[in-house]
Amino acid sequence: MITLKGVHKTFGLNRVLRGVDLILPKGQSMVIIGGSGTGKSVLLKCILGLVVPDAGTIILDGQDVTRADRDALLARFGMLFQGGALFDSLRVWENVAFRLLRGAKAMPKDQARAVAIEKLRRVGLKASVADQFPAELSGGMQKRVGLARAIAANPEVIFFDEPTTGLDPIMSGVINTLIREIVVEMGSTAMTITHDMSSVRAIADQVAMLHDGVIRWSGPVAAMDGAPDPYLQQFIHGRAEGPIEGVR
Amino acid sequence: MIARLLAQIGRPVLALLAAFGRVTLFALETLRHLLTPPFYGREFGQALLQIGWFSLPVVGLTAFFTGGALALQIYSGGARFSAEAVVPQIVAIGMARELGPVLGGLMVAARVASSIAAEIGTMKVTEQIDALVTLSTHPMKYLTVPRVLAATLAVPVLVAVGDSIGISGGWLVGISKLGFNSATYLTNTTDFLEFWDVGSGLVKGAVFGFIVALMGCYFGMNSGRGAQGVGAATKAAVVAASVMILAANYVLTGMFFTS
Repeated sequence: MITLKGVHKTFGLNRVLRGVDLILPKGQSMVIIGGSGTGKSVLLKCILGLVVPDAGTIILDGQDVTRADRDALLARFGMLFQGGALFDSLRVWENVAFRLLRGAKAMPKDQARAVAIEKLRRVGLKASVADQFPAELSGGMQKRVGLARAIAANPEVIFFDEPTTGLDPIMSGVINTLIREIVVEMGSTAMTITHDMSSVRAIADQVAMLHDGVIRWSGPVAAMDGAPDPYLQQFIHGRAEGPIEGVR
Repeated sequence: MIARLLAQIGRPVLALLAAFGRVTLFALETLRHLLTPPFYGREFGQALLQIGWFSLPVVGLTAFFTGGALALQIYSGGARFSAEAVVPQIVAIGMARELGPVLGGLMVAARVASSIAAEIGTMKVTEQIDALVTLSTHPMKYLTVPRVLAATLAVPVLVAVGDSIGISGGWLVGISKLGFNSATYLTNTTDFLEFWDVGSGLVKGAVFGFIVALMGCYFGMNSGRGAQGVGAATKAAVVAASVMILAANYVLTGMFFTS
């Protein structure tokens, strides 16, 4: 279980997070929604330790993540980045097996390659892709490789940052389905950031809306459509009129 | 009025000192990671190849033409006081002590600092550095340490090769255009050069290599967002590396050759 209490983060004069309180139960898939620039990615990076919060606590299974052994903590996480963030200089299989080839529990190269190819198959890619470089792949294939890398070490917690951004609707559907299948299959706890409401409905058990640096609404995905919160309703229906100010 | 003037002078001075402090801390952190495992041998090997082997043509060509031009200049300048015969000795000492390391360092700065800053800067803006962290890999250990170590070891070798090629350039011009006897030219060169003439240049090369890679990594790691941020980081890396090489050269020359 991940618990956030009063998490604050300011960049210069910009108060991005203003006291985020959130509970993500173990084995659940939570989707964080909210407008651009509301701090969704910052929140995720705070949990991972990539950004240090100014105040508040982030607890993973009873342990404060800001005080935990960093390597041991990160070994429990997998992350799919918005742009894939694949290493250009490494082949696809080396990207997928990156964690498996390094560290105290490093696997032999052949074994790591076999695991990488198995994970590539799991995300619908052929073994022949393994020896290509990321630049040779389409955007959708790069997302799948990123997904394979995120699950390569069977993490307990997986984060997905805008998993369908830049993809066509069919490929978005494929990625959403894959994410849902993998999270259920591995029994992992998942946190996804997205603007894409079809992703929310496909991936989420729980939904939380971040607005003005705080969690504006949270609850089960089934309760989202009937929730009375005007901010949530404006966002999920994509209305120009409502309490959230739009820039025109 | 005076307060405003002082503030205008003070602000850039403080900014410069702060930048110097940040670079110093970055250098110290690099050295700390250099001494503690894990070590990434493959990344070190690749950096050695990129910085050392692939810089050989540009360093070699620069040294060759510089050696040739130096021979012509010394011959023409020496003729004013009948000292044309010292061309082999001055070419050798000039290449080994100064021009080999400085021009080699500057050429490597242009080629390597820019490429390191652009590569790491692009990795930063495409979240590859964040991805490294989430994969339990320290970016300083994986990206900075192999490059800094490789440049510190490779540039002295490049300087040694550059010295040889530069002296050969002077020799070729000497025997083909200035009427020197080949054997006499070579004998004068080898008899005149002392170990420390070459050794000091190699030490300078190591320092310059360290500076080049450090500046490339520092500006890459601190790159701004987007193509403009990476471009600015690349430019800053080359400028900072070049200026620091020239400043370090002055300091090292003072340390080595004035008593």
